[in-house]
Amino acid sequence: MRARPAAGPSNVEILVLGVAGLAVFFGLWAALSGFGLVPPRFLPSPAAVAQRMFFLLDHPFASATLPLHVLSSLGRYALGFLLAAAIGVPLGLFMGWYGLLDDIVSPVFNALRFIAPIAWVPFAALWFGTGIGGPIMVIFTGAFPPCLINAYRGARFVDVKFLEAAQTLGASNLRIILEVLLPASIPSIVSGLRVGAGLGWQSLVGAELIVAASGVGYMMVQGQSAVSTPTVLSGMIAIGMVGYCVDLVLREVEALTRRRRGVV
Amino acid sequence: MRRGRRRILVGCCTALAILALWTIATVFTSLISAGRFPSPPQVWGAARQIATDGYADGTLLQHALRSLRLVIMGFLFAVAIGAPLGILMGASRRFEAFITPVFSIIRPIPPLAWIPLAILWLGLGDAAKIMVIFFAAFVPSVINSHSGVRAIEAHLLEASQVLGARGFTHVREVLVPGAMPMIFTGLRLSLQASWTTLVAAELVGALAGLGRVLNVAQQDIYPAMILVAMAAVAVLGWGTTRLLDMIESRAMRWLPVKP
Repeated sequence: MRARPAAGPSNVEILVLGVAGLAVFFGLWAALSGFGLVPPRFLPSPAAVAQRMFFLLDHPFASATLPLHVLSSLGRYALGFLLAAAIGVPLGLFMGWYGLLDDIVSPVFNALRFIAPIAWVPFAALWFGTGIGGPIMVIFTGAFPPCLINAYRGARFVDVKFLEAAQTLGASNLRIILEVLLPASIPSIVSGLRVGAGLGWQSLVGAELIVAASGVGYMMVQGQSAVSTPTVLSGMIAIGMVGYCVDLVLREVEALTRRRRGVV
Repeated sequence: MRRGRRRILVGCCTALAILALWTIATVFTSLISAGRFPSPPQVWGAARQIATDGYADGTLLQHALRSLRLVIMGFLFAVAIGAPLGILMGASRRFEAFITPVFSIIRPIPPLAWIPLAILWLGLGDAAKIMVIFFAAFVPSVINSHSGVRAIEAHLLEASQVLGARGFTHVREVLVPGAMPMIFTGLRLSLQASWTTLVAAELVGALAGLGRVLNVAQQDIYPAMILVAMAAVAVLGWGTTRLLDMIESRAMRWLPVKP
């Protein structure tokens, strides 16, 4: 292998190589299932998966069509994520301002952080049931830590001279938090929200696999019990696409706040 | 210095206060019913039960070792393939152009979404768990090794070229050490993802392991055992992260004090 040449491959070359990579991937997949190397029960052909996905768009499986499952997942996800942001961000800011609160919450938080969000599933089911409350709690436990940590870090790294100026001018604690700490930590908070959104989406999938009676994860489990590999693969594609779109939106918001701040 | 001491003091007070509140709420009054959250004596009892007599077909040690073994195997397998792939992608723009589109198809799929497919393909045994952990740990290893190589300063690459380092020597002497800090960042993310995924996979279906303990305890409505299993998962996650930290500081001895 040569060290990086001064001039890299041209755009055309990159495009051709990318298409070649995709062709190898899908070609291998189609060949494995098409020539019967792997039984279609295990690996259906790409065409069969696409067909199944279109079929699920308007035919119910596991008591709803794919778009309805996606909507039901998104509803839970939005509630869990908003709850995490609504508690995590203010708590993080307050911890950044009040040292005593920081000293009280930090050890508890650090101890709880090593528990994988999915390990909360049994308690979530026990406390809030398997309808909407349980999955929301699991999403919350996934999305909460980055929301809190980034708000806290943002508040801690605010330039001291702003805080001193605000204090000298007689601003109250609440005003300092709302008008100095909050605006100054927006970029950090938005990054935290983005990370939290990703982790929340993952936790949602886990929660739906275990405790839920609707949603894409539930559809996949039902597909698995029915040994319908195309349904499982359709679910994976749907989850990947929705997660990707959520991340795309938040990435844009992140870039926007950074541009406004002049931080690049 | 004084702030540090106060921190520890407040931390200890918080721990004691939580323990006291917990005891009051569960043992002395029934603010929290035993069916929802266990009392400290119940947790102690459950811990002793699983440690000596066993629960869900095994003692705590057996379940923990089984989960630990699966995490380590899946993690090592993913890193052994993911890190070299990422380094190769960082080293060669052509290879990167070839792999990136396929990788971007796999990347947004959450690791947990592989679980039903893994069960369909490999059943409820160890192989399915290792496959799921592989996908969980693979993506962060690739991404971070890739950006680690890209972050190496150009003058180092040029110097290596001028001095005639080629092929494997160039990779071993320049790319790997240069990308090492980022590679370890990726490993830490991979390790966390491995634990989360394993617990989820074992909750969905397993013959043994800490996730299975959680699952059985949930079905038996045995909150004390749920708490014991959660604590065990947390301790193992913490322990393996510490182990990785130790390996990291040994692997990068040449680094001066961290900036």
